[in-house]
Amino acid sequence: MSRERIEARFAALKAEGRSAFVAYVMAGDPDPATSREIVKGLPAAGADLIELGFPFSDPVAEGPPIQKAAQRALAAGMTLRGVFELAADFRRGDQDTPLILMGYLNLIVSMGFSAFARAAAEAGIDGVIVVDCPPEEADPLADALDAAGLALIFLATPTTDDKRLPVVVNRASGFIYYVSVAGVTGVKEADESAVAPNVARIQAASGLPVAVGFGIRTPERAAAIARIADAAVVGSALVDEVAEGLAMNESVTTRVLSKAETLSKAVRFARVGAAV
Amino acid sequence: MNAPAKPNDYTAYPDAAGRFGRFGGRYMPETLMPLVHDLEAAYAAAKADEGFQAQLDGLLRQYAGRPSPLYFAERLSERFGARVYLKREELNHTGSHKINNCLGQILLAMRMGKTRIIAETGAGQHGVATATVCARFGLQCVIYMGAVDVERQKPNVFRMNLLGAEVRPVHAGSATLKDAMNEALRDWVTNVHDTYYLIGSAAGPHPYPVMVRDFQKVIGEEVREQCLAAEGRLPDAVVACVGGGSNAIGLFYPFLNDDVRIFGVEAAGEGVDTNRHAAAINGGRPGVLHGNMTYLLQDAEGQITEAHSISAGLDYPGIGPEHAFLHEAGRAKYLTATDDEALAAFQLLAELEGILPAIESSHALARLPEVCAEVGKDGIVVVNLSGRGDKDVATVAAHLGRQI
Ligand SMILES: Cc1ncc(COP(=O)(O)O)c(C=O)c1O
Repeated sequence: MSRERIEARFAALKAEGRSAFVAYVMAGDPDPATSREIVKGLPAAGADLIELGFPFSDPVAEGPPIQKAAQRALAAGMTLRGVFELAADFRRGDQDTPLILMGYLNLIVSMGFSAFARAAAEAGIDGVIVVDCPPEEADPLADALDAAGLALIFLATPTTDDKRLPVVVNRASGFIYYVSVAGVTGVKEADESAVAPNVARIQAASGLPVAVGFGIRTPERAAAIARIADAAVVGSALVDEVAEGLAMNESVTTRVLSKAETLSKAVRFARVGAAV
Repeated sequence: MNAPAKPNDYTAYPDAAGRFGRFGGRYMPETLMPLVHDLEAAYAAAKADEGFQAQLDGLLRQYAGRPSPLYFAERLSERFGARVYLKREELNHTGSHKINNCLGQILLAMRMGKTRIIAETGAGQHGVATATVCARFGLQCVIYMGAVDVERQKPNVFRMNLLGAEVRPVHAGSATLKDAMNEALRDWVTNVHDTYYLIGSAAGPHPYPVMVRDFQKVIGEEVREQCLAAEGRLPDAVVACVGGGSNAIGLFYPFLNDDVRIFGVEAAGEGVDTNRHAAAINGGRPGVLHGNMTYLLQDAEGQITEAHSISAGLDYPGIGPEHAFLHEAGRAKYLTATDDEALAAFQLLAELEGILPAIESSHALARLPEVCAEVGKDGIVVVNLSGRGDKDVATVAAHLGRQI
């Protein structure tokens, strides 16, 4: 399965003529049990793909919301093993929704590339995004993931120019993640008029679907991006619901899932009436 | 020494990918990768430009006060039974070796057309040196500093303010050097168009480790000449404290292919057998952080653990990749010194030689008994006195239970 699950999902969405809603949550946030509930509820809330952050002590590309989410998850005892268990549990109940791990390299180095790839495949994970593993350093990881049938998803950014793009797409599979703003997660807003030409450029260079993330917080932004890209990724805005739920002593699961529902509806109906 | 039969050229690293053996590399988020490549190209061009080198040499002499003396420490020598020399980097402008690197990098930043400079700092010495060169060349300067370090290095925070720099305290994590570096990287990712990240140690992604080494190797080159002039031969041993490793590699590099023993000293905090230390090589294992593969303090899973040292400048869970390489190659030996040993060495140098060393440099001094014993009475030992101790007076007083 794995890599094929991602391809099947994007093919199905293409047939429907719409863009994907990708929900990012931090595994283990605010605690492993609640997080499991949230992830299980995401497909019904309209998530077409799920990105599961695995917490790291030093997440240099994250803004405050996801930094805090990682701290909450680590404080609640989340481990990489715990992330695999969560994924396996999810996969027992859902055979179709792609599950992508997203995080930092050191935990993978520490576990060993092959052991990591095998464990991830066994847990029903389909692809991996490693923020601090650029193409220049990716070969050992890409080899291990290839052997296990998993996709290695690369990031392209506003600083990835035409000269560099071939390097980025060289070993990419699944889809390309376009980081729509130069910055950390959850701070700047994406502007679709600046994003659109980049999406087209990356689609042409890679032959893969392009998901856009890092600057999408509202249904309006999500819809605008959904009109021009193959997928819109929302992370910080969902993770903020965890923090708010905790602060207001409300159900975290309900808050995250209802936010996901609002966003997924915006993505689902973005192209209705619009020329595709 | 377990030198290989056909000696390696230890000076031949890094390779084109920025690797020192298996260490180093450039593990950066994609947004920064094009900048890292630009920096590498700009540095290569500057290095090949005689005008650049001449301008840097002039500044090192006229502005920083180089060469720094190699001082024969008579009373220390008597105490420890070897010929002990101190490389007086603490006499440089701004009070440490950090200015050597800052002058080099600021010229490079200007060549690249950057107008805003950011840096991380632990002890504040690199922050002060960065703020100094920014003032000198009229560039905007933002310094990230852990909130704990802002507290224990107050005089340096005020110095940076006087020099026109904005100091941003970082409260995340252990609120020390590692967290300051995380925050500086987040700033860089956000402000790629105009910002130059002036890293203060021989760490970070390629080309920083090699570039910082090149700007610091003036220390070892001077020692070589000065020692030949004073003693007619090279030293038997060179010793330096290691945080990220810039003062150490600057001293070591020109001796890598010579018959000279090399000792780095890591901060052992309350002891390497406790969980409160900053000894990446002696108490850590290889991993990836801040752009390079190197020895790191981490738990069984790979989460980075908090470092601890009395010295803010050594309070970092990693070490520059070239040191990781020299350690595994067996070319350099990495020892440790505890907080208490460093404090004792601080006081000893004050009493015997009339010099207040930085608490960082005191870690190197603390291993003099062992190093001197190894080289014997006629042996020559050079210790890098990387900085002066004025900034540490309050910390030392607190540890001695004194009010000032
Ligand atoms: C005086 C002094 N020595 C040493 C260090 C440690 O840095 P490095 O290992 O890069 O020389 C510092 C860092 O702040 C310092 O201020």
